[in-house]
Amino acid sequence: MAYVAVKGGEAAIAAAHAWLARVRRGDTRLSAIAAAQIVAQLGRAVDRVMAEGALYDPQLAAMAILQAQGDLIEAAFLVRAYRTTLPRLIDSDPVDTAAMRTQRRISAIFKDLPGGQRLGPTTDYTHRLLEFDISAVAAIKPDAPKADPDPAIAATLPRATDLLGAESLIEGEVPSLNEPIDLTMSPLAFPASRDERLQALARGDEGFLLALGYSTQRGYGHTHPFVGELRMGAVGLRITPPELGFAIDIGDIILTECQMVNQFAGSKTTPPQFTRGYGLSFGHADRRAMSMALVDRAMRAEELGEDVSAPAQNVEFVLSHCDNIEATGFVEHLKLPHHVDFQSELETIRAMRREAQATKGAAPDEADNAGL
Amino acid sequence: MLLDPATDLRARPTWLGILARADADRIAHCLTDAPALPDFTRLRGPETGMAMIRARMGGSGAAFNVGEITIARCTIRDVTGRIGHGYATGRDLVHAELVARIDAALQNPVLQDRLIDAVVAPLAAEIAARRAAIEAQAQATEVKFFTLASMRS
Repeated sequence: MAYVAVKGGEAAIAAAHAWLARVRRGDTRLSAIAAAQIVAQLGRAVDRVMAEGALYDPQLAAMAILQAQGDLIEAAFLVRAYRTTLPRLIDSDPVDTAAMRTQRRISAIFKDLPGGQRLGPTTDYTHRLLEFDISAVAAIKPDAPKADPDPAIAATLPRATDLLGAESLIEGEVPSLNEPIDLTMSPLAFPASRDERLQALARGDEGFLLALGYSTQRGYGHTHPFVGELRMGAVGLRITPPELGFAIDIGDIILTECQMVNQFAGSKTTPPQFTRGYGLSFGHADRRAMSMALVDRAMRAEELGEDVSAPAQNVEFVLSHCDNIEATGFVEHLKLPHHVDFQSELETIRAMRREAQATKGAAPDEADNAGL
Repeated sequence: MLLDPATDLRARPTWLGILARADADRIAHCLTDAPALPDFTRLRGPETGMAMIRARMGGSGAAFNVGEITIARCTIRDVTGRIGHGYATGRDLVHAELVARIDAALQNPVLQDRLIDAVVAPLAAEIAARRAAIEAQAQATEVKFFTLASMRS
């Protein structure tokens, strides 16, 4: 389809943007929200925009949320657009999630997980009752209950899947020296390797990942998943600048990691083993990390010799549609003027109808049935 | 590593990690108790850009790219000829330049002890205290799950 530029509408567009600015600000008798308040009080929205915007910067994400009136896809779009203005200075060393200072660490497969389970600041086990009494919120003290720190408990704990790995009950993960593919540098290509798939999922739309993960549980590519471990906490970000020649930490980031343990695979040479699905997200994002792990495992179907029949197992389908910036761009562009394209469609349909009517004129008994 | 009192604050990667985790205001505050930093020339930046965050499949496997993060960096040469590098997450150019200047000064034996005492040690203690406070809250949420015995015989 050909696109034809249109002109005009400048005054209307300017007026629309001015109105948008007033709507965005809302009732001026109420105080404006500062980005810092969004960082502090809408942390999960900030985490989602950082993940889907594929840029870790809580302040920028908060500014984007404010500018987008809380439309998180629009906010992620703003963040993606901003990142194109920044140069890439360096690649980090791979983060060591085993060294995470865990705020939250749970396992659904080990009752007595070595190192213990810690719930962290979770909404699990809440009653999901709306809190109408805002005075209760206002009375919240800054500190949650604290245990007397027990130095015997390490803040950094081994991964639960490493315990299965010690007995070779789960497939091993082998480090590789290959440079991973970078979707910001080279476009998606098929067949997509697992590094490429994981990067696409990490920035993918949470709703899309959730729905696909859910579909695998409902039988469309079932993988019998268990949450081997879900952990959230701070990880040091390490880089090795060439001018220094040694590794340095440049800050801490909050990550959520999900190790999904799935049904066995084995062969004539390998005894049956549990298989893995892996999820990792910026911020505190249980749902995103779990959904990513489910979809990662589903997309490994071909590699593990399983039938590829369900949508979540279809790598090209998943990766081509998981990016909500691309999706919203293509869906929403339909709003823009398509006058010229449509004019040609109109001419075509009129010509077809003339032709059809001419044929009917030749065969009058059919015209009655057509209702024309 | 920073919770360990035995950490050697005089190791360059250690002080760079501590300075990166502080913010410009706190560093500037600590510097009021320290000898003046030498004059300097900027060699690069300060400038903002991005680092690509990498992780490993399953935590320990092959690397993949997760997403980017904003970073600031700066390189300076002070009047004694020492080169200082500053890197930190975020977009604070003042922070990156301060880290670079202190990095250069810390390589100077004449200044190192006093800068460690006035700047690096207090910032390390603050990081440790912040981490201990979070860890105490996390430990308060430690949970034991019990499997209930079946009522059926």
